Amino acid sequence: MDLRDTPEEAAFRERLRSWLEENLPTELQGHRGGEARFEGAALRAWSRALYDAGYAGLTWPKEYGGGGAPYSFQAICLEELARAEAPAHVGVIGLGMAGPTIIAHGTEEQKSRYLAPILSAEEIWCQGFSEPGAGSDLAGVRTSARLDNHRFVVDGQKLWSSFAHIADWCILLTRSDPKSTRHAGLTYLIVDMHSPGVEVRPLRQLTGEAEFNEIFFTGVEVPVENVVGEIGGGWQVAMTTLLHERGTLGFALQAALEVQVRKAVGLARDRGADPILRDRLAREWIELQALRMTNVRSLSKLMKTGVPGPEGSIAKLVWSEANQRVTKLGLELLGPDASLADANAPYGGYWQYQQLRSRGNTIEAGTSEILRSIVAERVLGLPRSR
Amino acid sequence: MDLTFTFEQDELREQARAFLAGRPEPAWEELAELGWTGVSIAEDAGGAGLSFVEEAVLFEELGRALYHGPYFSTVALALPALPADLRAEVAAGETSWTLALAPLVSDLDTADRIAIVGGDGIYELEGAEREVLATTDGSRPLGVVRGGEPGRLLAPTGVLAEIRARALTALALESCGVAGRALELAIEHVSTREQFGRPIGAYQAVSHRLADAYTQLELSRSLALWAAWCVAESDEQATVAAAAAKSSAAETAVAVCETAIQVHGGIGFTWEHELHRLYKRALGIESFIASGTRLRADVAGALLDGKRNMASDATSAPVAVRQGG
Repeated sequence: MDLRDTPEEAAFRERLRSWLEENLPTELQGHRGGEARFEGAALRAWSRALYDAGYAGLTWPKEYGGGGAPYSFQAICLEELARAEAPAHVGVIGLGMAGPTIIAHGTEEQKSRYLAPILSAEEIWCQGFSEPGAGSDLAGVRTSARLDNHRFVVDGQKLWSSFAHIADWCILLTRSDPKSTRHAGLTYLIVDMHSPGVEVRPLRQLTGEAEFNEIFFTGVEVPVENVVGEIGGGWQVAMTTLLHERGTLGFALQAALEVQVRKAVGLARDRGADPILRDRLAREWIELQALRMTNVRSLSKLMKTGVPGPEGSIAKLVWSEANQRVTKLGLELLGPDASLADANAPYGGYWQYQQLRSRGNTIEAGTSEILRSIVAERVLGLPRSR
Repeated sequence: MDLTFTFEQDELREQARAFLAGRPEPAWEELAELGWTGVSIAEDAGGAGLSFVEEAVLFEELGRALYHGPYFSTVALALPALPADLRAEVAAGETSWTLALAPLVSDLDTADRIAIVGGDGIYELEGAEREVLATTDGSRPLGVVRGGEPGRLLAPTGVLAEIRARALTALALESCGVAGRALELAIEHVSTREQFGRPIGAYQAVSHRLADAYTQLELSRSLALWAAWCVAESDEQATVAAAAAKSSAAETAVAVCETAIQVHGGIGFTWEHELHRLYKRALGIESFIASGTRLRADVAGALLDGKRNMASDATSAPVAVRQGG
């Protein structure tokens, strides 16, 4: 047990801090979240700068352009980016989901073709998993992929797809065996988003902006070499993707919460807080420390044994509910000004936007209900509910 | 960054759990034979020369077992105030202590000697009359002392900050032990108890409550381990970490026991079941020294009222370069 950075970790943190001080453009500092983060040449340039400096894909193998570094470096990187209020690399889906899945299940050709452009932000990825009839119950996927002469023909509809409007590639979960049901007969494809028959429509969410999209596939042709894993073995590959979605996010979530709590503390200092709001603020600060230490526990078990500790599975559940409370606390600290919005509101409407956006946190990337069932069944070993 | 226990520390936990199973009131001499009373006492004073991290393992196990005896009062409260010769007696199992920090004093029924805070020092209290009071939690009785004379000066009051951090952290760890046991009982029960043809743990109204209990417990345990490390290292964040850990863990223990009682149904409400004793310890810990609300007021003070910018300092959990390597 030693919470201090090792000399290597400390040196890495120090180097990254000074790099951020010199290289983070002020106009990119202090993100507001939402769609604004996803577009613009400045963000691609920033992501490219992260890559050139060696801060993208820190834990990926060196042969594919990664850093080959231990997981703790990735945790430090996420913490320091958050502390500097620097935006994340624009290739979130590629870095967090598509890349790790290709590393685990992809062919050598797929690895050399797809991984490096993810890191350099030359190519953006999106995810095609959820459908109108397959949300939490992903095994209900109906988008069809018909094998026809060394290519698949894909028809169907996906939704809740972040980045689809700017994406070059999609990781797509399809049903390749029309007679199959549930977990069998699924195939995991890499689809070129510039193919004929791909249509992306923005989904406007309750914040008024469109972060997510619907994707319609009509007779889209996908070469058979774009299958990840086995034909019919898509479920196992999809589970790898979701494991990474839920598994490596802990430090990113904690870093995001750290920014929120720091801003809430600043707000309480600016505007004053009664004893009840002070108590709630202290609660959230404590919860943030608890989340961080839980991540450290899980990470140190991962580094010691190769398997993350089971306590890491609570990170997303804890963060999402904490972020909802902190943002609501932000509104309360604003008093009657909380009703104002955008430019008319204090801090440019930061808290109003964040509070509304936070309602998605307990739905996206696994609803809290699904996550509680996962903890109950896989961590506590309780009988299955279905 | 490492917040895991070593192989030896895990072994100590196993040894402690096996030893305490079914015998929550071992004699002080037995604990000394196991080396528990001298864990963090220097080797030249007869101790093991280990740290508060090893003691942390024991506090969690002692909480889980609802241990009744002067370990908390001696090791968490009094030890930092004791000079080397008296520490050697503790390590050898010859004496146990309690410290009168507040009017209600812990373990007066079992502790051999009493230390008391007076003026600028902590003194041994001699010739005092003890009265053990009725308490909800019978496993850690509280009492009052009357009369007596200050004897030997043990330490200056400067050591009280360290004592408070140790005590709050020890209570947080005990709380985790209590909550861990209650959750274990609840999991066993809902996995076997059948109603409407299924184990009741298959119903999400039940299983999600236990998922929440687990979540709260692991968050609190993470805080308790953070605080334990800070105490062991005399880290500057020890004060705030201990307050955070105790406020979280004691409330978690109360809540997890309440959930466990609920999912047990009628049997959980009976005197014969173990749960009410865990629950009463949790309640006792929550009110002892300072409640969660009181401690959060301290944390809020550190965040909002500090002269320097505590907001940014304190939001950043410890990031320091390891000395020497």
